[in-house]
Amino acid sequence: MCEPLLAVRSLDAFYGDFQALFGLSMELMAGEAVAVIGANGAGKSTLFKSIAGLLRARPDAIRLAGEPIGGMAAHAIAARGIALVPEGRGLFPSLSVEENLLLGGQLKRPGPWNLQSIYELFPPLAELRHLPSTALSGGQQQMAAIGRGLMANPKVLLCDEISLGLAPIVVRDIYGRLGAIVAEGISLVLVEQDVVRALNATQRVYCLQEGRVALAGAAKDLTAEAIAAAYFGV
Amino acid sequence: MTDWINVIFQGVLVGGLYAMFAAGLSLIFGVMRLVNIAHGDLIVLAAYLALVTTATLGIGPLVSLLVVVPLMAAIGYALQRLLLNRTLGDDLLPPLLVTFGLSVIIQNALLTVFTADSLKLQAGAIEQATYRLFDGVYVGLLPLLQFVVAVAVIGALQFVFYRTALGRAFRATADNQAVAQLMGLDNRHVFALAMALSLAVVAIAGVFLAIRANFDPSIGPARLIFGFEAVIIGGLGSLWGTLVGGLVLGVAQAIGAHLDPGWQLLAGHIAFLLILAVRPEGLFPRIRT
Repeated sequence: MCEPLLAVRSLDAFYGDFQALFGLSMELMAGEAVAVIGANGAGKSTLFKSIAGLLRARPDAIRLAGEPIGGMAAHAIAARGIALVPEGRGLFPSLSVEENLLLGGQLKRPGPWNLQSIYELFPPLAELRHLPSTALSGGQQQMAAIGRGLMANPKVLLCDEISLGLAPIVVRDIYGRLGAIVAEGISLVLVEQDVVRALNATQRVYCLQEGRVALAGAAKDLTAEAIAAAYFGV
Repeated sequence: MTDWINVIFQGVLVGGLYAMFAAGLSLIFGVMRLVNIAHGDLIVLAAYLALVTTATLGIGPLVSLLVVVPLMAAIGYALQRLLLNRTLGDDLLPPLLVTFGLSVIIQNALLTVFTADSLKLQAGAIEQATYRLFDGVYVGLLPLLQFVVAVAVIGALQFVFYRTALGRAFRATADNQAVAQLMGLDNRHVFALAMALSLAVVAIAGVFLAIRANFDPSIGPARLIFGFEAVIIGGLGSLWGTLVGGLVLGVAQAIGAHLDPGWQLLAGHIAFLLILAVRPEGLFPRIRT
């Protein structure tokens, strides 16, 4: 049994006095795509913020390739190979599309992802490269945000609600390209509101409910009833 | 008529110096929304450092830039990293209070070490050299040099901000600190570099101030006011705007001084108030607040 690439063990997370995660555990094996689903407020984004270093955690609550990284500064975690595509994209308004991408790559980690390969993955971005990132449509911004995450050549890419606010055809287009990302050797964790999409794009699923894992299993093994029960807590 | 041309010209040239006072201030506010009340006193500190450097090393004031600029940059990095980074947060007040305290400390430290004597750096023949532009209009070589350097400094800052990786880091961190960290940027280091850059510009301004006029430990706050006014007139977030702001201020003061020497400062402040009343966001605003 090989060690997980990313292991979360009994993670608690707090916003001040408010506890958002209660002893949450999950893991990601190398080369896998895993989904984290759940209703609003279940703790999905909080999980990502804890992994990425934006929220405090116990050192051994989060391990990357065996190394405890919980509570490390976010920029140090980024340097170790975890890239977060934030909810709402988080593109820098003062920077153009290309500058956003270049900033994503400023850690200069080795790997297949660079400006050229990002523009091949997302051709629309190539034409828009010098526009301010705010001038793009929602779908284009999402491509830019994912591209920016890839530019860091991470080991683990965390995608927070990439379908949010996008038309279904655009979402289908973006999800279609995720396969290429995993094929290049990046392990993926997807937070998604769109359950069907999440199940189709990943091998395993965790369903969160009020800060705890309510259901976990292989995507193809979970029934709609089981998911609904875990999702809504009935 | 040539009288007025001379006046405008002198105003433009001194405006370059004001723009240099303002550039460092503008940079810091743009990157980290920090208002540095000690900015003027740091300019005076740079002037005194230039004095000490020229006296001990026996070099000319302009050559002393080679020592004072890196020294002030290092001071800026340390100041931000060790002190000012701790004040940054959602509240605007702590940085204001801390830099105000810093202003008082710098003034009194300089007073203790150097006394209140008014001093001036001697730059030699260049101070008296003038150049006849055309009939009746003369331009001092030193003010011209100062102006050219000011434009070059602002151009260089503009280049750094918009064409280098460091500038991207500055703009991204100013936009969204949290996401910038996700990209691997250490905010503490980025802010410290911004302050180092700001104080490097302050060093240049300080040396030119020391050559141009008499200075003593107490003149810092007045320089800060000129810097503020130039930044506000030009518009927050625009470096070229800051240059224009400095020129407007310089010309206004020159016109005021020509009408009556006692009106010099007042004319500058009136121009500032007029701009604030008519166009509060400044002439070329760029910052989203």
